[in-house]
Amino acid sequence: MEIRWDWIASHLDDIAVAVWQHLVYTAIPLAVGFVISMALAIWAVRKPWVYGPVTAITGILYTIPSLAAFALLIPFTGLTPLTAFIPLTTYTLLILFRNIVAGFEAVPREVLEAADGMGYRSGERLLRVELPLAVPLMFAGIRLATVTLIGLATVVSILGSSFGGLGQLITDGLQTFFPTKYVTGGLLAVVLAFVVDFLLVRLERLITPWARTRAELADPA
Amino acid sequence: MTAPATSQRAATVEFDHVTKSYDARATKAGAPGAVNDLSLTIPAGKICVLVGPSGCGKTTSLKMVNRLIEPTSGRILLDGVDAATRDTTELRRSIGYVIQQTGLFPHQTIEDNVTTVPRLLGWPAARQHARAEELLDIVGLDPAKYARRYPAQLSGGERQRVGVARALAADPPIMLMDEPFGAVDPIVRERLQNEFLRLQERLAKTILFVTHDIDEAIKMGDVVAVFRAGGVVAQYGPPAEILASPASDFVARFVGTDRGLKRLSLFRVGELPLSSVVTARVGDDGAIIRRVAAGQPFDHVLVVDEHERPIGWAPRERLTAGVISAEQVESTSPLLDRRTTLKDALSMLLDADVQAGLVVDRAGILRGMITVGDITALMRESAAVPLNATERAAADAAADAEAGGADAEADTAADAAAGTAAAGPAVIGA
Repeated sequence: MEIRWDWIASHLDDIAVAVWQHLVYTAIPLAVGFVISMALAIWAVRKPWVYGPVTAITGILYTIPSLAAFALLIPFTGLTPLTAFIPLTTYTLLILFRNIVAGFEAVPREVLEAADGMGYRSGERLLRVELPLAVPLMFAGIRLATVTLIGLATVVSILGSSFGGLGQLITDGLQTFFPTKYVTGGLLAVVLAFVVDFLLVRLERLITPWARTRAELADPA
Repeated sequence: MTAPATSQRAATVEFDHVTKSYDARATKAGAPGAVNDLSLTIPAGKICVLVGPSGCGKTTSLKMVNRLIEPTSGRILLDGVDAATRDTTELRRSIGYVIQQTGLFPHQTIEDNVTTVPRLLGWPAARQHARAEELLDIVGLDPAKYARRYPAQLSGGERQRVGVARALAADPPIMLMDEPFGAVDPIVRERLQNEFLRLQERLAKTILFVTHDIDEAIKMGDVVAVFRAGGVVAQYGPPAEILASPASDFVARFVGTDRGLKRLSLFRVGELPLSSVVTARVGDDGAIIRRVAAGQPFDHVLVVDEHERPIGWAPRERLTAGVISAEQVESTSPLLDRRTTLKDALSMLLDADVQAGLVVDRAGILRGMITVGDITALMRESAAVPLNATERAAADAAADAEAGGADAEADTAADAAAGTAAAGPAVIGA
């Protein structure tokens, strides 16, 4: 196998577009999935009976193979980006929902009691107390969902060459027996997953300065 | 601690036939946390301790005041106004709330924690900041050091102080404290209790204080409500009254068989009349002293130094003509401060050679004497009323102020003594 560096050099534009498209296939399902999961999680925290059914339904959605999902959606949504976005979004729900609920449940009881006792209204308490304290576990879910999405987004290329993404490089490369192309696509998908995960870790540390370990906090600058 | 710029408003809290039942089907008393027909009036500006075994309904009663729990029936009147008629949020923001595990917000700095209620009330940022500094100062935490830390960086005792500061932030007339010092070790607890009593002396809030510890109840309460299972108040009154005459077997058992000693711990040496004592200075003529002491029932004479500081007891019959010297001292007695509790004083007297306690001031200068008989005589008067918690704190402050002067006196005395010693070998040798 020989890597054609000259091909890479002359196709940097195409590669950049593929990376960008891949990020879109990751970011939009993540954002939509997060909003839906957050709403479901808040509902489940307020009404505990919701938790079981939501877990069951999102669990079923999670088990549907992606190719099957595309096939089943095409009669309704055709070969539009929606056909790609819908399954990608549903795959995040189980992970995000469970982690957001776990985040809320990890908020210490006495903290909630103190908040109530001091006169937080329920919305203020959710926004100012529960949500910030749920962030560490919530982020664990976001990281997991993001990495999963970066992997799954390569499958989108099966829908056709107009969909793009790093999967497109892989599919084209395999079909034309051109290793440089599929190796580039594969490696970039892996690198992208690592880089995005790293950035998420940094972001989490940035917004939860209080959650550092005691030892880290002990030395006030 | 600096003087807080807080107003002195407080409110009465009145439980009027309040019942909370958790089991709607059966009215059997005894469901944990239930409260049964509770009627109590807590005077404004006083600490009322709710004490009892676990599940007796004391915490439920507390939480009904800020409506974290709604009563099944009955009313709770705050300065005559039914709490049920007030907006819950507004009500809670006007009542200080301290809980055992502190419930500090882990994601907020100490300053942000302290200003929680002012922020909810929409105070301007500058006023919030100033209030945070003032409050941290009041509870003995240096704002420069603590304001920007997170709760995880503080010790248990420091977190409890922040909890108290947070509850005081909007200067509420009423404070609810649910085992506020329960989660710290005994030494820190004792210090926090003392500091809080001193603080309360100035703040004069109406405080409902829940504990399961009878000793804490006796120490902190102006009045104490002893709860028994089923949410019934078995006795309500000042601590001394509960210890002197328990209303029932349950109360007697709950306060413990050592309630006599506990009662002693409520009184201080300074509350006893001090008897005078015949003293002889080193260098006085023994024969004269012996004549003076002849009319006294006590067969010892107290030898003191030239500054009236006790050295020890000399038997009267051993005083002979000639100069009294320190060698004639045979035995000593415990030195007591006016603030020593009678419990501690009695304990020291039982251990002593001569069962008399010498009461001295901070400079060590003799002020008088007490005996075991004086203590038991006071205890026999069942109506004897000790200073209450806040009066005690005031007495301590007064004693501290006096001690300030006395310390200066003592320094002068010590200087003088040093001078004498330097000039003195000839005298002592002679």
